[in-house]
Amino acid sequence: MTATLRPTWTAETIRRDFPILEKRLPNGQPLVYLDNAATSQKPQVVINAVRDCYETYYSNVHRGVHQLGDRVTEELEGSRAKIQKFVGANEPEEIIFTSGTTMSINLVANGWGRRFLSEGDEVLVTEMEHHANLVPWQQIVREKNARLRYIPITAEGRLDKEQLESLIGPRTKMIAVTTMSNVLGTINDIHALSEAASSCGARLLVDAAQSVAHMPTNVLSPRVDFLAFSGHKIYGPSGIGVLYGRRELLEAMDPFLCGGNMISEVHRDESTWGELPAKFEAGTLPIAPAIGLGTAIDYVQQLGWQEIHDVETTLTRRAWDVLTEIPGLHIVGPPADERGSIISFTVDRLHPHDLATLVDQKGVAIRAGHHCTMPLHDVLQMIATARASFAVYNTLEEVDILADAIRHARKVMRLS
Amino acid sequence: MSTQLDDLYNDHILDHFECPYHKGAIDHPSCSRTEKNPLCGDVVTLQLQINPEGKVENAYFDGKGCAISQAAASILCEHVEGKSVDELEKFQARDMLDLLKVPLTASRQKCGLLGFRLLKTLIYEQHPEENEHSVSPSDTLNTPVSNTDNE
Ligand SMILES: Cc1ncc(COP(=O)(O)O)c(C=O)c1O
Repeated sequence: MTATLRPTWTAETIRRDFPILEKRLPNGQPLVYLDNAATSQKPQVVINAVRDCYETYYSNVHRGVHQLGDRVTEELEGSRAKIQKFVGANEPEEIIFTSGTTMSINLVANGWGRRFLSEGDEVLVTEMEHHANLVPWQQIVREKNARLRYIPITAEGRLDKEQLESLIGPRTKMIAVTTMSNVLGTINDIHALSEAASSCGARLLVDAAQSVAHMPTNVLSPRVDFLAFSGHKIYGPSGIGVLYGRRELLEAMDPFLCGGNMISEVHRDESTWGELPAKFEAGTLPIAPAIGLGTAIDYVQQLGWQEIHDVETTLTRRAWDVLTEIPGLHIVGPPADERGSIISFTVDRLHPHDLATLVDQKGVAIRAGHHCTMPLHDVLQMIATARASFAVYNTLEEVDILADAIRHARKVMRLS
Repeated sequence: MSTQLDDLYNDHILDHFECPYHKGAIDHPSCSRTEKNPLCGDVVTLQLQINPEGKVENAYFDGKGCAISQAAASILCEHVEGKSVDELEKFQARDMLDLLKVPLTASRQKCGLLGFRLLKTLIYEQHPEENEHSVSPSDTLNTPVSNTDNE
């Protein structure tokens, strides 16, 4: 399928691509969807791609010798090739389909960690990681008597570079870090981290779950060893995700899940592993979602990174301006111009859950809680925050609706 | 059946949130328990003073969190005082939601039932041997209660 070129677009024109944005909520209000960091909505082309797979050529991949089997395999491998180009990988075999970021990181923690970590080794993460990039490491370091260390954040929510220098050393075997914080919006300097990793001979894993829909991803410049993301945050289906791994590392690693598809030969007491990427793709893949992800990537690329950046920074700046005018509202993290399109905040004497419930009554979907970053909230000394996160289809008007809804919430809670 | 904003955060809830009933601690409670709602970090402690006849003489709560969890704990304390352990064994999640008098979505029921959950555990522990064959309170609390007749 060749993408039609769309040289110019605005949130208003693009909204027509997303059927859900035209629907009314159960309470009759239009949807103001500002929970894009949790998951993004799906354009019609992605919905159609999934549907088309089920309606016209669905069967299992890499197995059937029949005509459908050939077609579905071709589509799935086509999607893998798109992802390879999208992340700038050298070879399609370096792209492993997983169920999402969480599974991708678990795959590395287990498949790489079990083989290459030993007693006394150190895995370096940051205080702003999502639990998906913490808990798998906690588990493997416990098993290996290795150690998990944290790069601290500054008061503005950036990685503390001076501390980084003193944390890395010969014991550092892995640096695992997010490209963009799902709470602070902070965009991390992957260049610096890549240099830090090579200076001490450590591997670098980047969790690109939050950045992948908002800025270009490239695994060669700066060079990263592993990269993980989820389809559902880049306008693609849920249930599918990606792990990029450098070939030599993937080849040296143990498989994570074992079973069908990932083997070369199975004997009664032992087996040999299949070639990449099959070695890491045990069982039947989420076939239609994997194909839909290829379409989602086409969709994003056709929008253009510069255009996406322009639209989203305009939204983020506006949100910063209108939110900071609200009495008692405090934003966490760096200034508007130095963050992704995520704004987390608290309002004095208004619990984030009450706030989220109250703005939901105005049709505004935001998230409240710890956003799977409990250690970060400990550092911030907050139990929970409210979070608004923007995507290409959001409008300035929606940002204003959010601000009005927060003001209204304060009124209902007798705060103004 | 649209849920109106002001239905949820009405005077009943907000009054209990702002001026809670029996918020604090009992010096020598018969039983006490603290629980967190891990999703939002709400935390509630419930303390009961039960007399030899098996009646709740005093109920206090303490905690931090959203208006729903805190108001519900306050409403709960008011309700349980003077009730017998036997009566409270029959007190169900449905009854607790009715006491709140506001419609809660499934996700907010976790907040509204936090104190109730503590109560059920404390009451259950009064006669653990008799309860051997009944389900433990936590088993019954993970399915949201239908809200339809709550408006
Ligand atoms: C930074 C980050 N990492 C990892 C994840 C986990 O993604 P998934 O639930 O798709 O595996 C998320 C999603 O919430 C995230 O924001």
